[in-house]
Amino acid sequence: MSEQNRLGVFKTYKLYVGGKFPRSESGRVYEVTDSKGQWLANAPQSSRKDARDAVVAARKAFGGWSGATAYNRGQVLYRVAEMLEGRKEQFVREVAASEGLSKSKAAAVVDAAIDRWVWYAGWTDKIGQISGGANPVAGPFFNLSTPEPTGVVTVLAPQKSSFLGLVSVIAPVIATGNTAVVIASADAPLPALSLGEVLATSDLPGGVVNILSGATAELAAPLAAHQDVNAIDLTGAGAELAKELEIAAADNLKRVLRPLAAEADGSDASTDWLAAPGTHRLTAFLETKTVWHPTGALGASGSSY
Amino acid sequence: MPTTAPAFSDATASDSALRRFLFGLPGVDAVGLEARAASLGTRSIKTTAKAYAIDLAISMIDLTTLEGADTPGKVRALAAKAVHPDPTDRTTPRTAAVCVYPDMAATAAAALAGSGVKVASVATAFPAGRAALDIKLADVRDAVAAGADEIDMVIDRGAFLSGRFMKVYEEILAVKAECGTARLKVIFETGELSTYDNIRRASWLGMLAGADFIKTSTGKVATNATPANTLLMLEAVRDFRAQTGVQIGVKPAGGIRTTKDAVKFLVLVNETAGEDWLDNHWFRFGASSLLNDLLMQRQKLSTGRYSGPDYVTVD
Repeated sequence: MSEQNRLGVFKTYKLYVGGKFPRSESGRVYEVTDSKGQWLANAPQSSRKDARDAVVAARKAFGGWSGATAYNRGQVLYRVAEMLEGRKEQFVREVAASEGLSKSKAAAVVDAAIDRWVWYAGWTDKIGQISGGANPVAGPFFNLSTPEPTGVVTVLAPQKSSFLGLVSVIAPVIATGNTAVVIASADAPLPALSLGEVLATSDLPGGVVNILSGATAELAAPLAAHQDVNAIDLTGAGAELAKELEIAAADNLKRVLRPLAAEADGSDASTDWLAAPGTHRLTAFLETKTVWHPTGALGASGSSY
Repeated sequence: MPTTAPAFSDATASDSALRRFLFGLPGVDAVGLEARAASLGTRSIKTTAKAYAIDLAISMIDLTTLEGADTPGKVRALAAKAVHPDPTDRTTPRTAAVCVYPDMAATAAAALAGSGVKVASVATAFPAGRAALDIKLADVRDAVAAGADEIDMVIDRGAFLSGRFMKVYEEILAVKAECGTARLKVIFETGELSTYDNIRRASWLGMLAGADFIKTSTGKVATNATPANTLLMLEAVRDFRAQTGVQIGVKPAGGIRTTKDAVKFLVLVNETAGEDWLDNHWFRFGASSLLNDLLMQRQKLSTGRYSGPDYVTVD
């Protein structure tokens, strides 16, 4: 049969929650278009109940993921890069369509996103040394600080950089043992929803990353107020929305990451996602635990340890 | 000795009469029963109706701890929770009862004195029920003497499944006699009865023998309360009252963990037995983790934001 006679097989994009691919509980979808306004696909328009379910899934996954060894988490993150490498073509196509990039530029963006997983995979068992350590104190104590994951983190993914930006905000959150509820870019959610399929086949336990598509403000409001969410990353929120969310988040003392470069419309146009990420996104969602341990009375024996 | 409702005195006259009566009950349409239970489960209960359902469900809980590791301290903590389920909101209703093993009944009774929350105690060699009758009766006496207001007995499933219905019947009668003023809940362990027909027969057998409540399960086997088997038992108490005028309570137990589940059961009660049963004198939930979910939903309704497990007690 010739190619022209073949019926098209359209993909049903679905959410990624708790390791499964549900439709929105509300049954709603919305039309996703490319940068020129051409229809690409229908994406699920999540409701606040989907957000609630995602938090339950993320909380359930937290114990296992935060308790996994840093080495193991690094292996899993590297596995994500391996899986992405094999599906590069699909992501190049989706990124090119949703961000209006040429094929070669989109390929460069996808390569950078894969490399970013590798970068953060390497950090999982090293972040402890640079953000914790032995503190010199004036007394007979060992004083040790060690970073621990914050818990369930809501991530508002960047609105413009639908894939590299997305990976750049998810990977640092889970690298340190947090679990994430991610709100994908509202206008370009397809790369995020496809990333869910990659994560599901990367040995990442279900619920560690949960991906929702829909109206950012509608989903972010209940998540910012949710008492069982421990932190929120406001990267994808405009200045006005970010302020509202930060007020709601204060109620249970959530950690808030509010990038200084946030623009009034919530776009991340001025952010260079290709630049080296540094460690600030890793350390933003860590709690420092400090332990004082007596070394014994040094004076009595006269010796130093 | 309590007597059988007069309408059915013939049925319990002899072993063969009882067998004839129980096998004469109409067979259960399993597909229809499950479809009916599932369709009633799709009702959408929102806003004020949801608030009413949550408070009603809390007031119907038999807050249960039946573990080998139970300590007096744990029972006292559970009793405190039964009296004030949400210490941050004193408008939260109390639970109906605290359900414990007989040796913990005295501890529970002391902790709950004057609160209005009842003490329920399982007895009769719970959960297996595999003991001699006099041991079972001593177990009941013990629990009643320790201050239990309600006794949860298990039937002898071995006797029931091998067709010795009279033995089961007489055992319930004997236990009922030991209860005195305490109300008797009869547990069928529906997960072990194999068929819906058996659940219907057990329900009628229990009601004929003078149960104050019929209860689905112990919570100790794989299949516990389901909407379908609870619906079947609700139909039985409805029909029993229509024929004898005697109202009997129903208690699903085990496996009900979320507010959504609890509300589905309340819809079943309202649509099957009727509003008369929407009261904790006539309907109970045997549960422990359900209460935390109800409290989180209650907090969500009153504050508008989702709550989390950090804001309820760890049991």
